[in-house]
Amino acid sequence: MCGIAGIVNLKPGLPGPTREALSKMAGALEHRGPDEFGVYRDSRAGLAHSRLSIIDLSTGQQPLSNANGQTWLVFNGEIFNYVELREELLQLGHQFKTKSDTEVIVHAWEAWGDSAFDKMNGQWALGLWDSANDVFVLCRDRVGVRPLYYAEQSGRLIFGSEVKALFAGAPEMTREIDPLGLDETFTFWSVVPPQTMFKGIRELEPGHVRVYRKGELVRDVAYWEPQYPEGQAHRFRGTLQDATEALSSALLEATKLRMVRADVPVGSYLSGGLDSSVVTALAKQAKPSGFKTFSLRFADAEYDETPYQRAMVARLGTEHAEIVVTRKQIADVFPTVIRFTERPILRTAPAPLFLLSKLVHEHGIKVVLTGEGADEMLAGYDLFREAKVRRFWAQSPKSTWRPRLLERLYPYLTRSPVAQQALTRQFFGRGLERANQPGFSHEPRWSGTAALKRLFSARVKDALQGRDTVKHFLASLPSAYNRWPKLAQDQYLEVRTLLSGYLLSSQGDRMLMGNSVEGRFPFLDANVMALANSLPPSYKLKVLDEKHVLKRVAKGLVTEEILNRPKQPYRAPDALSFIGADRPEWVDEVMSTGALESSGLFDPKVVGQLWQKCLTRSDDGQFSNTDNMAVVGIASAQLLYRQHVLAPPSTKQPVLKTLIER
Amino acid sequence: MELKDQVRQFIISNFYVADPAALNDDASLLDAGIVDSTGVLEVITFIETTFGLTVEDAEMLPDNLDAVNRIVAFVNKKKGK
Repeated sequence: MCGIAGIVNLKPGLPGPTREALSKMAGALEHRGPDEFGVYRDSRAGLAHSRLSIIDLSTGQQPLSNANGQTWLVFNGEIFNYVELREELLQLGHQFKTKSDTEVIVHAWEAWGDSAFDKMNGQWALGLWDSANDVFVLCRDRVGVRPLYYAEQSGRLIFGSEVKALFAGAPEMTREIDPLGLDETFTFWSVVPPQTMFKGIRELEPGHVRVYRKGELVRDVAYWEPQYPEGQAHRFRGTLQDATEALSSALLEATKLRMVRADVPVGSYLSGGLDSSVVTALAKQAKPSGFKTFSLRFADAEYDETPYQRAMVARLGTEHAEIVVTRKQIADVFPTVIRFTERPILRTAPAPLFLLSKLVHEHGIKVVLTGEGADEMLAGYDLFREAKVRRFWAQSPKSTWRPRLLERLYPYLTRSPVAQQALTRQFFGRGLERANQPGFSHEPRWSGTAALKRLFSARVKDALQGRDTVKHFLASLPSAYNRWPKLAQDQYLEVRTLLSGYLLSSQGDRMLMGNSVEGRFPFLDANVMALANSLPPSYKLKVLDEKHVLKRVAKGLVTEEILNRPKQPYRAPDALSFIGADRPEWVDEVMSTGALESSGLFDPKVVGQLWQKCLTRSDDGQFSNTDNMAVVGIASAQLLYRQHVLAPPSTKQPVLKTLIER
Repeated sequence: MELKDQVRQFIISNFYVADPAALNDDASLLDAGIVDSTGVLEVITFIETTFGLTVEDAEMLPDNLDAVNRIVAFVNKKKGK
């Protein structure tokens, strides 16, 4: 795993990128790759790389070129099937200098062009400079495991794994929060690529390749799009038992590949839930002895899953390590968390994961497997079940018993029978007439979150001019969307908004790489995704049983308690972390009227009312979902402003192990 | 303070309503996203502690709780009992 960055002149007559600028870009990404640094530059383009050595430890330095030294590459990530692709390329007559996956990409591009990327099974972001043809390529893996940002500025393209690298390499660039980014965050729970939090900076969309020729953008297109059943097309044709066997073998293969394709030991996260338990059990088959697992525990019992974690450790006999996280720790580490997320978040949940990857790093492990992606690919979330019930209800809106199915999803609704039922109907029954329209599944979430936009400052509200963010987003859906089954439509929206923008980014790559740890996700393997997407909806969500086919796979792999437990969403204490008497100073600083006026993002008077309410509540009171999102969202946006807008860019220049100047 | 002002004041400060002038006394607070499912409990606590009333389970209905005027009417009805 690594950090990549670079500068490419798009207009003739500009001076070439300087060694200093490129070194600073590599330096800003040191946490992503502290082992080695490299820079390539010529009169038109420059590439920078910070390396975390995982494969081909002795010769995998970057930037790296093809045989004649004309094509240069910086690459972050892993191509898990590089051995197979290398073999295919050898047959075509290509010759290799190293055993690294990086060199395979250069040759694959030479041999196959854009279609090389669809052959790759992995997680990557890359920049490729073909100096002979004056072609520059940016590319990113299918669902956006690895990050990639770019800006076109004064005739130059500037790109990097994180926004901080762009600011370090082009310190003259304006650093300004984009109101559109705030608008998306306070709707979808995250910015959705290509939108970012910074004006002028874009995020390359997952599954896309962006190509410049002679300084002109010639295409930015999807080399891959998910395929769900359309009538009889793209549809798995076997029985549920066939699907169980196929998923079982695809997951085992995906897990093994992620274990074998590393020259350093690989460990695993164990949350106590089904997904990471399955992954860990499969990984243990691949490495029976000395396999390390890591778990997160909470001092607050409400969030804690210790008994389930320990049950899996006892069953598998792994070498286990764990940390117990408190509210105070979450508050203390939160500014660091936002330094890495580079975007506001509405939940504190990434913070404990930053502390967990620190534990992994301290144990000398550079790579961990997790269960991320299972809920999206195999329909694990309550949201999918909720949408199914609401659609069923919409077929007979006057029914009184249909909405009662919601009580099976949310048992708390049954506590006050008469009362809550009426309120439940009011809350979930909105917009039933839109049951067949795009976005129906997510409307309660999106509209509930968007109500928080009342906290925005007049300046931000003016800039947005009543823009309809949801409508804007829904206009970008692929043409096949309406032909997919309803569940597939709901899954697609979840993948586009929350998986790529939040779970793999703020809660994934950034929290892992902040401590120089690489995450690998068997459920996001290209073959596993293709299989999962092709399954009939009823194999994934059987009536209201979520991840049905995965539970069948899991039989015999995980303990009975884990197989039968109700799904517990991963959560951490949110607003509660920030209101304790022992809260760190930064909290009151960023929530102060002065700091709010300085950033100009929120209305100080309205935020003052919210904050006063929070501080006067008892420490153990339950905050509403709305209050939690408001507090965490404001605090993180304020920190973003302080750390990425007000603070000057990084100027650190590391010692370069590789320097190629031509 | 008039009952209605008291209720409005609570809704505005407790749910940090940005533009009090735009708060329609008849409009649904749930539909506007001002009150969420946990927020309803805050409304009930406000009624019980401010007016010394007890809200029965059977009374936790949108008709009684989901607008400023509905809350006012509900409190008046309870007080009259």
